[in-house]
Amino acid sequence: MKKRGTGLLTIAAFGYAFLYVPILSVVVYSFNDSRLVTLWGGFSLRWYKSLLENEEILGAALLSLQIAVVSATVATVFGTIAGLALHRIGRFRGRTLLTGMITSPLVMPEIITGISLLFLFITLSDWIGWPGARGAVTITIAHITFSMAYVAVVVRSRLAGSDESLEEAAMDLGGRPLRVFFDITVPTIAPAMISGWLLAFTLSLDDVVIASFVSGPGATTLPMLIFSKVKLGVTPDINALATVIIALVSVGVVAAALLIRRKT
Amino acid sequence: MVRDGRRRWLRRALLVPYAWLLLFFLAPFLIILKISVADPVVALPPFTALFDWAASGWDRIQATFDNYLFLFQDRYYATIYLSSIKTAAISTFLCLLIGYPMAYFIARQPPHRRGLLLLGIILPFWISFLLRVYAWIGLLNTNGVINNLLQWLGLIDQPLSLIYNDFAVYIGIVYSYLPFMILPLYANLERLDSSLLEAAADLGARRWRTFVDVTLPLSRPGIIAGSLLVFIPAIGEFIIPALLGGSDTLMIGRALWDEFFINRDWPVASAVSVVLLMILVLPMMWFQKVQGREVEDSR
Repeated sequence: MKKRGTGLLTIAAFGYAFLYVPILSVVVYSFNDSRLVTLWGGFSLRWYKSLLENEEILGAALLSLQIAVVSATVATVFGTIAGLALHRIGRFRGRTLLTGMITSPLVMPEIITGISLLFLFITLSDWIGWPGARGAVTITIAHITFSMAYVAVVVRSRLAGSDESLEEAAMDLGGRPLRVFFDITVPTIAPAMISGWLLAFTLSLDDVVIASFVSGPGATTLPMLIFSKVKLGVTPDINALATVIIALVSVGVVAAALLIRRKT
Repeated sequence: MVRDGRRRWLRRALLVPYAWLLLFFLAPFLIILKISVADPVVALPPFTALFDWAASGWDRIQATFDNYLFLFQDRYYATIYLSSIKTAAISTFLCLLIGYPMAYFIARQPPHRRGLLLLGIILPFWISFLLRVYAWIGLLNTNGVINNLLQWLGLIDQPLSLIYNDFAVYIGIVYSYLPFMILPLYANLERLDSSLLEAAADLGARRWRTFVDVTLPLSRPGIIAGSLLVFIPAIGEFIIPALLGGSDTLMIGRALWDEFFINRDWPVASAVSVVLLMILVLPMMWFQKVQGREVEDSR
């Protein structure tokens, strides 16, 4: 009994170490004074200072945040409608096609999504002159397209466990459709919409491949910038940037977990 | 009657995301199919005007399957596809080897402890994928953390070449996709009926026997779902081979990127994409089937 317990514990401990040692090493080295990433030159905050002065990085971060907020919001609206429709409207023309289109982006290799959207944008600008220049707008469109699939999945799984009788009662009592929707349906699926939004936001902030294809010369998102820098190896200011992002995400995720725990 | 009103409202609202998906998901897909059978020409965009097709008639099609013929005749592409499948398969197996005991461990903990342990699995998933792959560059570099540590301990004289090879790609994939393996496995193992295990124990089965005969077969849906969630994205992976792989690392995602951005042969790149999708169709359909059954079981 005991023997098996310790064996499992060892593997699990090893697994967690595997998950966290790389992240911690980035955090530790971001405070390293030495320009050589490998040598420990004492504690320093100089890379954070140079990060704050780096307008290229700050500009890219701002652009990425804007794209992420807009695309996550639109994707949440679209994904929620699609998820609701697939759950509530029993049969309609084009249902199979919709199911296919809303689940495929989940498993589609990013690189193919990127190439095919670029082809679309080129074809469209040939035909109707839009989009003239590729950049923030085309990246946002691409991100909405793949994020709404994730939102729809989350919303559908929430609806699968929900009770429709409340809505029906409200309808029977003469509630107007829109009123019932905002008073009853939205609160029911709100947790799913929030986690869908967060998922879409994170996916957008993280995307390198699709953005590289559909962006133009003018727009560089933060992940694109990081990717072009780290292709050449480790740089101390990216360590600092990574640490900031890791800290923000960790605080957010832990706070969300605590909030959920308090509610239940 | 009233309910119909709401349905009508939802139907109308649905038109917007529906049109959006038709335009930005289905249409691009059809375009890539068309370009894959187009002639390359040196121009921007570097492919023949596809939509002249309708005018010039279907007789042109015969000549333009050249892109696919090229893929099948060229050994280079066959090797890359096979090597991508191999890399994805080995990484998936390694993920399962690490992920299964971890999922089992978490599922066997008292409920109040499970939440925290699961949070520990999910947290890395929310931290940028790119930055997590980047973290390994610092660890594996010739003068990186691991080599420094081993040299300081006196275990090695010369730094090991840990990065820019297939080994680093395996580590990168296993590391990045481990949560995708653990979560479905955990969801499955957590639901496992413990009375079955007790029955097996009461009947005198050894622990290992119980595991092989009861737990393992019952967790099959979790194993399949987790494995496909790792395998499918790993085949088309670009960032990991680009950052951790060597010049001889053959992965289709990277070859596709080079074909597109460096060779600028868009028709061949499109044909490569279409073949990649055809390879992925089977595992994708399998995944949807497994998922569909899971949803029904949990109801």
